[in-house]
Amino acid sequence: MTPELKGFLLVASLKILVAFSLVNVGVIMVIWAERRVSAFLQDRLGPNRVGPLGLLQSLADGVKNFTKEETYPAEADPVVFVLAPVLSFIPAMLAAAVIPFGSPLPGFDMTLPIIGQIVYSGEIPMMIADLPIGFLFILAITSLGVYGIVMAGWSSNNKYAFLGSLRGSAQMVSYEIAMGMGLVALMILVGNVTLTEAIARQQESTWFIFPLFIGFFLFAVSSLAETNRLPFDLPETESELVTGFHTEYSSMKFSMFFMAEYANMITASAMMATLFFGGWDIPFTTWDEGPASYLRFFATFGVFLAKTWMFMLTFIWIRWTLPRFRFDQLMQLGWKFMIPLALGYIMLIATTVWVLDTRGVEFGIVYSLILFAVNLPLTYVLFSILDRGKVLGGSQHKRVKVSA
Amino acid sequence: MAISVKVMQRKNQEISYLRAALKGMALTFSHLKRPSVTMQYPEETKTEDWKLPERWRGTHRMLTDEQGRAKCVACGLCPQICPANCIKLVPGEDEEGHRYPLVYEIDEFRCVFCGYCQEVCPEEAIHVGQHYENAEYSRDRFVYDLERLCAQTHPVSTLWDPSDARGE
Ligand code: SF4
Ligand code: SF4
Repeated sequence: MTPELKGFLLVASLKILVAFSLVNVGVIMVIWAERRVSAFLQDRLGPNRVGPLGLLQSLADGVKNFTKEETYPAEADPVVFVLAPVLSFIPAMLAAAVIPFGSPLPGFDMTLPIIGQIVYSGEIPMMIADLPIGFLFILAITSLGVYGIVMAGWSSNNKYAFLGSLRGSAQMVSYEIAMGMGLVALMILVGNVTLTEAIARQQESTWFIFPLFIGFFLFAVSSLAETNRLPFDLPETESELVTGFHTEYSSMKFSMFFMAEYANMITASAMMATLFFGGWDIPFTTWDEGPASYLRFFATFGVFLAKTWMFMLTFIWIRWTLPRFRFDQLMQLGWKFMIPLALGYIMLIATTVWVLDTRGVEFGIVYSLILFAVNLPLTYVLFSILDRGKVLGGSQHKRVKVSA
Repeated sequence: MAISVKVMQRKNQEISYLRAALKGMALTFSHLKRPSVTMQYPEETKTEDWKLPERWRGTHRMLTDEQGRAKCVACGLCPQICPANCIKLVPGEDEEGHRYPLVYEIDEFRCVFCGYCQEVCPEEAIHVGQHYENAEYSRDRFVYDLERLCAQTHPVSTLWDPSDARGE
C-alpha cells in the first residue's frame, strides 16, 4: 500500500467512526433532552435518577429493551416484519454521511510504528464523503425511511398499524415535494447542491436564513412532517391508532424505530443549521475561514453542534406545545399551501436573482439584503393568509345551506 | 330534510390558529422558568404544598393499653361491618371474664381501607393509619396478625367528622 492510500483509509475510517458515534450519542442525548425538556415545560423534573442529571437514562432503557421479550404477531409476514425496523434505521444513520461538521483539518505526513509512513496531502474535509450530489443525497436517503414505515404497517397484519403506515407514506410523499422545492431556491443561490459550497456561499454573504426566509419556513415545516414529529405525527397518533405503524413491535425492534425517529430529527436539524444558518461558520468573524488548523476545527465543530442543538430543542419545544393536525388538514396544508407557495417562491427568487445579476450586483451582503427585502412583503402576505385561517379551516368555513 | 347547521361567523383573532400557536409556544416557554412541582418521593415524603392528610386511611394499627395489651375486647363488631370481610377474629375469655382476641388478623391485601372498623370499634382499639408504604414481597405477608398490628407506630387516621365536613 502506498502511504497515500494508507492515509486515506485511516482518515476515512476515523471520520466514519466519529460521524456515526456523533449520531448515536446524539440520539441518546436527544431522547434524554426530549424527556427532560418536556418535563420542564410541564413543571416536572423528568428522568433524573440514572447517572448525573439522569443522563444515562436512555442507555439504561436501551439495555432494558435489549433484554425484553420479542413478540411476533401470529399472522405477520416474518421476513418483512424483521426487515422493516432495519430499513428505517439504516437510512436515518446514513444521512449523516454528507453533513460537514467542522472546518477542514490540515493534512499530515508522518511515520507511525507498525503502519509505517502515512500521508494525507491537502486539507481533510470534515464529512465522511463530500458528494457532488450533496443534499440531494440526504433527501433521497431520508425518504427511503418511508419504506420502513410502510413495510412495518403492512407486515404487522394489524389494522391500526396499517392505517398508520398508509398515513405515513401519504404524508412523507407529499411533504417531500414541498421540502425539495423549498431547497430549489437555495440551489439558485448556491449554484450547485453540495453542502460545502452552500457553507462557502454563506460565508461570502450572509446566512441564507435572511435571503431565503420563506425557504427556511418551508423546509422547517416539511422536516417536521418528514420526521413524523408533532404536530405532524399522524402515523403514530396514539389517541386513535394505538401507536400507529409500530404497534406490534417490541423490544429492540421498537427501539430501532424510536432511534430512527431521533436520528432523522438530528439530520433535519443539522440540515437546517448547514443550509440556512451557515453550518460550522462562526458568525461575525472571518477567523474560521483561515487555513486549516486543529483549533479552528474544534471551534467550528462546537458552533455546529450548538446550532444543531438549538434546532433540536426547538423541535422538542414545538412537540410539547402544539396539538396534532387532523389528517385532512395536514394534506390541505401540504398540497394547497406548501407546494404552491414553494413554486411561487422559486419564481420570485429566480426573478430577483436574474434582475440582480443582469444589473451586475456582486454576490455578497448587499445581494442578500436585497433578497431579504423581497422576502418581507411575501412573509407579510403569507402570514396574513395563514392568520385568517382559511387554509386549514375545518367545516366551519363551508357555507351550509340551512333549510327546514 | 336537511340538517340545519348554524355557521358561526367569528372574528379573525378567534379562529386564527397561527396566533393561537404562537401564544401556546410563549406559554410553554414561560413554564420553562417556573419551579418544578415534583416531589422527589423516596427522599421527600412531604413538601410545602402537600403532606399526607390527617384523614388518610392506610395501614391498620391496633392501640394498646398501659400494660401493652391490645385494647380490643373481641366484641366482633369490626368483622361484622367490614365490607371486604378481611378481619379474622377468634374471641377468647380469661378467668376474670375479660374478653380478648385469641386470633386477630387483618388481610391488608383485601382491605378496601374504608375505615368502618375504626368507626365501629367501641374501645377505640383498631384504627386505620396515616401510612401507605406497606409493600411486601409475598401475599401472605399482607396478613397482619395482632402482634404486628400492635407494633405499628404511625399516627392514626382522624376519619371524617360530619360536624366539621371540610376539616377546618
Ligand atoms: S378498613 Fe374497611 S375493609 Fe379494611 S379492615 Fe377495616 S372495615 Fe375492613
Ligand atoms: S370492634 Fe374493636 S373491640 Fe370489637 S373486635 Fe373489633 S377491634 Fe376488637
